[in-house]
Amino acid sequence: MNAIMQTIELPPKRVVPLLQRPGVQRIFYPALVGTVLISVWQGLVVGLELPAYLVPSPFLMLQTLITDWAMLGMALLSTLKVTLLAFVTATIVGVLISFLFVQSRRIETALFPYAVLLQVTPIVAVAPLVIIWIKNPTAAMTVCASLVALFPIISNTTLGLRSVDPDLQSYFKLNRATRWQQLLRLRVPSALPYFFGGLRISSGLSLIGAVVAEFVAGTGGSGAGLAYQILQAGFQLNIPRMFAALLLISLAGVALFALMAWLSKLALGSWHASETSHD
Amino acid sequence: MTFQNQSMATGLSAAPAVEMLSAEKTYSNGTRALLPVDLSIAEGEFVTLLGPSGCGKSTLLKMVAGLLEPTDGRLLVWRKPVAHIDEAGRKTAFVFQAPTLMPWASVEANVRLPLDLAGIPRNEADDRVADALSLVGLDKFASVLPRALSGGMQMRVSIARGLVTQPDLLLMDEPFGALDEITRHKLDADLLDLWRKKKLTVIFVTHSIHEAIFLSSRVIMMAARPGRVVEQFFIDEPYPRTDDFIVSTQFSRHAKLLQGSLLRASSAQRELQP
Repeated sequence: MNAIMQTIELPPKRVVPLLQRPGVQRIFYPALVGTVLISVWQGLVVGLELPAYLVPSPFLMLQTLITDWAMLGMALLSTLKVTLLAFVTATIVGVLISFLFVQSRRIETALFPYAVLLQVTPIVAVAPLVIIWIKNPTAAMTVCASLVALFPIISNTTLGLRSVDPDLQSYFKLNRATRWQQLLRLRVPSALPYFFGGLRISSGLSLIGAVVAEFVAGTGGSGAGLAYQILQAGFQLNIPRMFAALLLISLAGVALFALMAWLSKLALGSWHASETSHD
Repeated sequence: MTFQNQSMATGLSAAPAVEMLSAEKTYSNGTRALLPVDLSIAEGEFVTLLGPSGCGKSTLLKMVAGLLEPTDGRLLVWRKPVAHIDEAGRKTAFVFQAPTLMPWASVEANVRLPLDLAGIPRNEADDRVADALSLVGLDKFASVLPRALSGGMQMRVSIARGLVTQPDLLLMDEPFGALDEITRHKLDADLLDLWRKKKLTVIFVTHSIHEAIFLSSRVIMMAARPGRVVEQFFIDEPYPRTDDFIVSTQFSRHAKLLQGSLLRASSAQRELQP
């Protein structure tokens, strides 16, 4: 077929210098800040001769991490297991509840207050009950952490599934799209940016939930997590180990967040404004 | 020759594509969006709906598309009620004011959407998408995402999506309203070429007098509060219309008539206000 409108040519590609690439900048600048902060901390501890039972130096913390690695590594695995189980559970259950909510306003109106109730009740208050009800400590802690992580998934995904361009929806109706086609081709893609926003919040909350559940459950032995190690180290005034465990929790949280950011970029990077560079 | 008498017959012998018989629209809150309209649009016509905002132009267009139902009266497209157009074996396409593309899908996938929804096999659909894209001059942008395109190019994608189903009736709701003057004029000229080559029937909503004269064979003037049809004008000038037409005395004459009519339509609305 002959072109009726004039053909438009593609623009040429541009080469960006290494240090100006957003990907390099995103690692370089935070790393610079981190190096400065750790140097200042080390300098202060050494300079002011602070005792290790008050504030250990970053170097001592690292040393403890290495010497106690057998114990701390196992604890990290245990905490991560609960965190990931809770995160996956919260995601699956949250998405299912959101799909239920968008089926009708009446269902959402009827059930939403209970989702809020779930969110506002402190997990520390509920956890002892859950731990009494569920015998298996891992399952009990997973349930507690899931309860904490559930709400952002529900609220974000529901909002996303409802945030459809009304004209685009009209277009689907004009072309006689079925309910199923509208869900798969329109609602689900429209909801993705909101869903990933929910995932980022929930990934952090699952870790917080897991740590809180460990504190409340207080389970020791072979399955002891990082929170238990912190409790024990506190009793023994082993402050460097406390710091080492704390460092591991923080690093686990950062890693989870980075994983979610990476997934989000993978899914939305090319098309959604939240993931495209602003310069 | 310009007719101003609304009851005068269209004078075209072709079969009617759209017939409105006292079709009217009142919203559930009591707002009268459109008073009863009697209107017949023949196959192959390029009709423009012109008028101040709130005059029911979009309402009328959405009724023809089947997005809104008339509260009273009858609306036939190819002599069938809108809900049963499929039986007539013909197709309607709608182009919105905004490009209304799926931001997550490539240009190609966006254009293929109506074919996918209709369950047309992938290889046949791909051929038709390629044809539609080359028709609007975007064959090199098939795999690009909409956000990489300019507003004018996104509008071309939207038009390609409208054409890919090979429609007989093209409904356009202020499609170029948000574009700059030069891009708008270019797309207007391209649209006229498409209309002639594909023998389409087009109903085009605009608030630009010049766009209406340049494009259409007939202009329907509407007034607001309540929305209604007040006058119609035949732009009895030959096609193809070139840039020379825009600076001709005939063009100015049409513009003057339409300007007067638009002013009357706008003042009529002021009188009705408290």
